[in-house]
Amino acid sequence: MTTAAQYDREDNRVSDNAAGSTFHEVDDLHRAVPAIEFRDVHLAFDDRVVLNSLNFKVMKGETKIILGGSGGGKSTIIKLVLGLLKPDAGQVLVDGVDVTNFTEVEMMRVRKKIGMVFQEGALFDSLSVYDNVAYRLHEQNVAEDEVEREVRRMLRFVNLEDAIEKMPAELSGGMRRRVGIARALIGDPKIVLFDEPTAGLDPPTARTICELAMKLRDLEDVSSIFVTHEMNNLDYLCSEYAVVNEEGQVVFEKEGERLCLINSKVLMMREGNIIFSGTDETLKKAPDPYIKRFLRGH
Amino acid sequence: MNIVARSLLELQETTILATRALVGVVKRPRYIPETIAQMDAIGVGSLTIIVLTGFFTGGVLTVQTFPTLKSYGAQDQTGYLVAVSLIRELGPVLCALMVTGRVGSAISAELGSMVVSQQIDAMRALGTDPTRKLVAPRLLALLISLPLLTVIADMVGIGGGWVTATALYNIPSSMFVSSVRDGMTTDDLIGGIVKPLCFALIIGAVACRQGLATEGGTVGVGRSTTRAVVLASILVIIADYFLAKALQVILGTT
Repeated sequence: MTTAAQYDREDNRVSDNAAGSTFHEVDDLHRAVPAIEFRDVHLAFDDRVVLNSLNFKVMKGETKIILGGSGGGKSTIIKLVLGLLKPDAGQVLVDGVDVTNFTEVEMMRVRKKIGMVFQEGALFDSLSVYDNVAYRLHEQNVAEDEVEREVRRMLRFVNLEDAIEKMPAELSGGMRRRVGIARALIGDPKIVLFDEPTAGLDPPTARTICELAMKLRDLEDVSSIFVTHEMNNLDYLCSEYAVVNEEGQVVFEKEGERLCLINSKVLMMREGNIIFSGTDETLKKAPDPYIKRFLRGH
Repeated sequence: MNIVARSLLELQETTILATRALVGVVKRPRYIPETIAQMDAIGVGSLTIIVLTGFFTGGVLTVQTFPTLKSYGAQDQTGYLVAVSLIRELGPVLCALMVTGRVGSAISAELGSMVVSQQIDAMRALGTDPTRKLVAPRLLALLISLPLLTVIADMVGIGGGWVTATALYNIPSSMFVSSVRDGMTTDDLIGGIVKPLCFALIIGAVACRQGLATEGGTVGVGRSTTRAVVLASILVIIADYFLAKALQVILGTT
C-alpha cells in the first residue's frame, strides 16, 4: 500500500503546494475504499443459515462493533474476512479487492496485512511469549535484532514487556489476551479483527483490552471489527477516545461537546441477519424489542 | 452421508493432505528445525519401546519355533527362521504398530488440541500454512525414522533370538549366526525397508488428518486420537498383506 508520505519521497520535483494537494487527493481516494466490505454474503451449514444476505462496510480507521447473542454468526464474519471460511454466495472485499475466490496461497498474502485477536488468545502453547509475538516475523525470516526490537515495542504497547520470557501456561487469562493482541499487531497491520477479546475477563482487564482497541483506532488509524456481546465494551468504544496529552502520555477522554466520535459504528446481528446498523446513540433508541431486551440485559 | 461415501471422502481428504505435505517438503519455506525436532521425538523417543519390543519378539520366536524345528531335526535353522520372520514381517509391522500407538496418538492429540484451542486458525491467520508447518515435518520425520527404527528392531530382535537360542537351548552361537547369514537374501532386506516407508506414510497421513479434523472440544480430541490409532493400525495390517504380495510379484519370489 503506498502512503502519501511514500509518494512524497518518490517525486520531489513537484512544488510543495502542488504536492500537498495531490497527495491529499490520493489519500482521500485511498480512504474512500472500505477496509472491509461484505456484499450480499450468504452462508449456511447444512440446513442452518448462519449468515443471510449480509451487507456492510468498515471504512479506514473505523471500528465496527458487532453485537449479538451467541450463535448469531458474529465470529463467522471474522472467519470469512480471513478466508478461514468461504461464503456460499456474495463477495468479501478487503481493501477493495474481492478475496472471495482466493486460493489458500493467495489468501496467505491477504492475511499478512490483517491482525486477528482470538477469544482465548489462541497462543501457541509450545512457544514462549517472545516467540508467540515474534511468530509472524520469524516466518518472514526477519533479522533477529529487528524481531526483538519489534516484539519489545508490541509488548510495551500491551504493558507486558516483563512477561517476555514466560510460557503461555504461566499467564493469566487477561495476559494471554494481551499477548494475543501484541501478536496480532506485529508488522503493524492496518486491519485488526477482535473475536470476543474480553469474554470471561474481569472488568478492569476487559477495560484494558478496550483501551488497546481505542489506541489502535485513534492513534494508529487501524480499521477493526470488534465482535462482542458485552455492553460495557460498547460503552467504552463508542463514548471514549484516546489522545496523547502534553506530557506525551496516552489518555482517554469522553466524547462530549468538544468531540463526537464518528469512527465507531455498531452492527447488531440476530440469527444471521443484521437487525441494526448505526451509532450507539441510535441503537439505544431503537424500537426493536430484541435490541431493547439485549441492551437491558433481561 | 452413508458410511461408504464418508469413508471415500475421508480417503480423499487424507490423500490430499499427504500430497500437499509431501509437496511442502520440497518447496519453500522448509521447516528443517521442526523436522529435526520431530525426528528426535519420533525416532529417538521411540527407541526404548522399539528395542524392548524387538528383543522380546526375537526371543519368543526362538521359544516358539525351536521345539518344532527340533522335532524335524532342523534346529540349526532357528536363526534363519527368526531373522526371516523379523525382517520380512514382524519387524516392520510390530514397529509400525508401536509407533502408531506412541507417535500416531501423540500427533493426533497435539493437532486436535491445537484445533480446539484455535491455534490452527491463529496459524493460518498469521499467514502460515499448517500443512507445511505441522504436517510436512511430521510426515518427513516418520518417513526417515520408521525405516531406521525397523532396522534397529530387526537387529535387536535377532539379538534376542540369539540370546534365547544360546542360553536356553544351547544352540552354538556360530550355528545361529551362520544360519542367519546364509538364509537372508537381498529381497528380504528390500522388503524390510519398503514396508516401513509405506507404513510411515499411512501413520503420518492418518494421524495428521484425524487431528486436524477434530471437532467438538476436548471430547473430540479423545475421539480423534482413538480413531487415528485404530484406523492407522488396521490400515498398516491391511497394507502389509498387499505389500507382501506386491513385493513377491515385483521381486519375483512367488
